[in-house]
Amino acid sequence: MISITLQVKNIAKEFNRKKLFENISFDADAGSAIAVTGKNGSGKSTLVKILCGLLEPTRGTWVLTVEDKKIPHEEYYKNIGLVSPYLNLYDEFSGIENLDFIAKIRRLQNPSTIIESVLEDFGLFKHRKKEVKYYSSGMKQRLKYCAALLHKPEILFLDEPQSNLDSEGISVVRTYMKQQRERGILIFATNDEDDLSYADAVIKLNSLNIEK
Amino acid sequence: MHYLFKAASAVIITFVIIAGIGIPMVQGNHGFFEFPFIPGLEEKARNIFFHVPIAWATTLAFIMSMIYGIQYLRKQDIEYDLRSVSSAGIGMILCVLATVTGAVWAKFNWGAFWNWDPREVSIFILLLIYGAYFVLRSAIDEDGKRAKLSSAYSIIAGITVPFFIFVMPRLMGGLHPGSAGDESGKGPVLELKMSGMMLVVFFSSLIGFTILYFWMYSVKLRANRIEHQLKSQE
Amino acid sequence: MRAIGLSSYYVLVKEIASELRTRYALNALLMFVVTTLSVIVFSLGSEHVPYEIYCGTLWVIIFFSAMSGLSRTFVTEEERGTTLLLQLITSSNSVLLGKLFYNVILNFAITLITAIAYLILFNDFVVRTYSIFWLTLLLGSVGLASASTILAAIVAKANSKGTLFPVLAFPVLVPILLTAIKATILSVEGGMFNEAFPDFQVLISFTIVIIAVSFLLFDFVWKD
Repeated sequence: MISITLQVKNIAKEFNRKKLFENISFDADAGSAIAVTGKNGSGKSTLVKILCGLLEPTRGTWVLTVEDKKIPHEEYYKNIGLVSPYLNLYDEFSGIENLDFIAKIRRLQNPSTIIESVLEDFGLFKHRKKEVKYYSSGMKQRLKYCAALLHKPEILFLDEPQSNLDSEGISVVRTYMKQQRERGILIFATNDEDDLSYADAVIKLNSLNIEK
Repeated sequence: MHYLFKAASAVIITFVIIAGIGIPMVQGNHGFFEFPFIPGLEEKARNIFFHVPIAWATTLAFIMSMIYGIQYLRKQDIEYDLRSVSSAGIGMILCVLATVTGAVWAKFNWGAFWNWDPREVSIFILLLIYGAYFVLRSAIDEDGKRAKLSSAYSIIAGITVPFFIFVMPRLMGGLHPGSAGDESGKGPVLELKMSGMMLVVFFSSLIGFTILYFWMYSVKLRANRIEHQLKSQE
Repeated sequence: MRAIGLSSYYVLVKEIASELRTRYALNALLMFVVTTLSVIVFSLGSEHVPYEIYCGTLWVIIFFSAMSGLSRTFVTEEERGTTLLLQLITSSNSVLLGKLFYNVILNFAITLITAIAYLILFNDFVVRTYSIFWLTLLLGSVGLASASTILAAIVAKANSKGTLFPVLAFPVLVPILLTAIKATILSVEGGMFNEAFPDFQVLISFTIVIIAVSFLLFDFVWKD
């Protein structure tokens, strides 16, 4: 297992000077699974976006180190994968075209074997040539998993991991969550009790803006 | 210190108004407390004490706004955005004033309120740029995003202005002194034709309007800060 | 550097493939050119007008077709929620470079089509120095496209995107438009190639400066 650490210190985010959350601190290293929980609107997705390096927090710092090398924020995309309700794939392309584009732009070795194996795992292989606009919402969710897992990310972020999935889909996701833990860090935002029990640590966002 | 500057600005601008309008213009030899009679400009020359300093203050306001915009992008502190937008707001008022004083002068000197002379086009484009800047700001709901995008826009628009200044005179003859189409084309008016007293009034006016800009800007900035605080307490 | 080149190439390929599949921008733009051209043809009738008018209207069409077509690259990503995907798989510089190339290609194609239609439709519009004419079209449309690309990225993050884009773009594009119109007039008047040289210098330096600033600012604009 390679050494990966994520150190989060005192992260706070405000929108229009209204505090969403503050003082979020935790450390994670390879093998850990961290859950983020909180009511709707408490900023789970925002926190995930910040940790992905896609949104600047109002205060606070966070450092990702892979093999003792500090990764600059603008290069996080090389080390992370994200599944989120806010993320969409290209409607006008088929499943395999989408994954092909992602694999090429990430310059993966042997893209076709990797793509085929994830498609197989998520039960999308027979739908691979269908355009994404004809996919059901569950199939789209599965395809998002394929897209996030292609490059075997060091950190996998899952925002609402179970949304739109049937029991079969959930069990595949569980297998991958386990695999991710063996390989690196898993961070997921959820309110599902089963998922929460799976985590080593739970970060509770106590909706500062709702209480006021 | 603050009050000293405000008082100075009030005194200087009062002096400029009284001296600029009141001092008589005489033909031929003139004493120190008289203005020379410049053929072609005549009594209309008095506008130079108002039009040019206001145009200068406009430029200053927009440059300050752009500098604070750059600062915001570097530091990501909303305070710089408040400064940037305050300066742009004052710049907009000054820009309209410069346009109006210029248009009135143009009417009586060149025959029409608007002649599409290069500098008139430049100020028109400046109005468009900052008009667009405020439209862009009103189309974004979130503070940080608004600050970032409007700073980016003011930088992009700002770097095109030098091209403009270079391109325009090549396309059309100018009427302003010092531009290519000026027959007497002997450079800026103040170098050759202004007398000692005119220079005194002119430079006092420059200083007066500069201080006035900073005064207006600080009032606007404080108002914006309060507004921002109130919004966050809703 | 090579990494950016390669990934921006894939962004460009994706844009082109997406356009060929949906045909949204291309069809809309062609129809736009056809309608504006026919408005001009109808309003002129058999009237003879000064050639300056033709040069001006040519760039009016190019400007407004750029305004209706070039913001799409960023606006569609934002509307369909695919921005997050691109942010997650590649660096912001490669996104900008890929989309810049796509806009340049699209805008140059539309410019060429408009110009050829002009040469065919209007007998009074006679170009005497073709070298100036084609080079102006190339440099002008590259300049338009590069300034529009970074502005489109800004507009995509704001509300009321459609009306905002021309409002933001016009003041920025004025130097390019005026210079391009001037060089086009020169090509109709039959000026020598080196007479148009200062205009080309303006167009080229404007484009270089805008692209350089785009790369400095894009990271702020692209990430939330």
